[in-house]
Amino acid sequence: MKYTEEHEWLRVEEDLVVVGITEHASEQLGDIVFVELPEEGKTVTKDEEVVVIESVKAASDILAPLDGEIVEVNEALTDNPALVNEDPQGDGWIFKLKVEDLAAVDDYMDEKEYKDLIG
Amino acid sequence: MADLNRTALYDLHIELGARMVPFAGYEMPVQYPSGVMKEHLHTTEKAGLFDVSHMGQVVLWPESGKYEDAALALENLVPVNVLDLKPKRQRYAMFTNDAGGIEDDLMLANLGDHIFVVVNAACKDADIAHMRHHLSDTCKIEVLEDRALLALQGPAAEAALAKLAPEVVTMKFMDVTALSINGVDCVISRSGYTGEDGYEISVPSKDAEALARALLADPDVEPIGLGARDSLRLEAGLCLYGHDIDQTTSPVEAALDWAIQKARRRGGERAGGFPGADRILRELETGPSRRRVGILPDGRAPMREGTPLYAAQTGGGPIGNITSGAFGPSIERPMSMGYVGIDHAVDGTQIYGEVRGKRMPATVAPMPFRASTFKR
Repeated sequence: MKYTEEHEWLRVEEDLVVVGITEHASEQLGDIVFVELPEEGKTVTKDEEVVVIESVKAASDILAPLDGEIVEVNEALTDNPALVNEDPQGDGWIFKLKVEDLAAVDDYMDEKEYKDLIG
Repeated sequence: MADLNRTALYDLHIELGARMVPFAGYEMPVQYPSGVMKEHLHTTEKAGLFDVSHMGQVVLWPESGKYEDAALALENLVPVNVLDLKPKRQRYAMFTNDAGGIEDDLMLANLGDHIFVVVNAACKDADIAHMRHHLSDTCKIEVLEDRALLALQGPAAEAALAKLAPEVVTMKFMDVTALSINGVDCVISRSGYTGEDGYEISVPSKDAEALARALLADPDVEPIGLGARDSLRLEAGLCLYGHDIDQTTSPVEAALDWAIQKARRRGGERAGGFPGADRILRELETGPSRRRVGILPDGRAPMREGTPLYAAQTGGGPIGNITSGAFGPSIERPMSMGYVGIDHAVDGTQIYGEVRGKRMPATVAPMPFRASTFKR
């Protein structure tokens, strides 16, 4: 698994990149009450705001970590946004991205580097 | 967090694992490890203990010794009937300004030979200066710097507090009484800021931690932070000063007409005589141009403070804006309050809130969103 400075995680599953937010991010956000998911099939560019997560405290943007196409979103979050708190790095995944260049995932931090970042 | 005040319960908050944030010049617990949602629901199902010691506690001692003299002096600052407030009773009020806006909202209580006042933390310095300036001829103004304030709220509050002070069972909503808890002199009111039955307890700072621990020893009582306090008060339809009411909003626009008793209205025994009376009394008769209302977004996205409101999905200028918005854990949906032009201030009216550039449907709705459970 790889991590971004925006506290997202990326996991390569076959030819897709699964994206969610880290446990650290979900703890910082507090109870999540709404996830605004993008349309499946949407083409996105790196750093574009693609998802909005509303917690009891505030709204936060999730950025596309890479150029690509959103091929699947986690519809379960529509009815149960709390999944992002309960299992942020598992059932609380947010979207799957089809990218041109899977190797670009490797430019992101590994677990140790991310842990150093959050201290 | 430099330059921030701490309440008498600071060490206890840290011990309980609170996340502390700056609030109105104090380091306050925004949440404990269980989080805002669970804390909110615990309060509505059992009982929550809140540290509200940052609020200002002030006593007005009439120089004459007569409550009436302090009451009549205070009536010069608030559009409320203070004179006829019965002993051991509390009432909601607001300091108004010459433009008819609200400088702060407050609770005042008739404690026989004095008036006990509780004001918001963020406004307390200004409020105290305001009272000193206008009331010093008739009253000695004593600021209770060395007292903490705890709120115990929720359906299990009565039983939990009664273990320490059995007399509280007989109190009704907005009763206030001085009594001893474990040998400590406290002032207790049956009121709060959650829409739930409960109490607020003014206690000497040095005894506050022991009292808090005694209350938390009850398995039904959990500590609750400012995050859940905010969602509880919003579900209860209660105003937050600086957000839902401020120096520009009149009490009538804010739908606080109920707090202005007949005696202070036109034709009443002591009509007017408070700052901004011209505007406020006129608005009571002819109606304001805008009004604070409850707003329920039709969808799941919360509409937060500052969200502009529109009458239609496209076109037209804003008809108002949201002043508080959050997710309501008990009602399991987002909720807001805000101001709309008077034509739209009718329950059931369809309006639109602009969230991230899109106008999303919402409905003007009665408040409270969660039924209050006061013991009347």
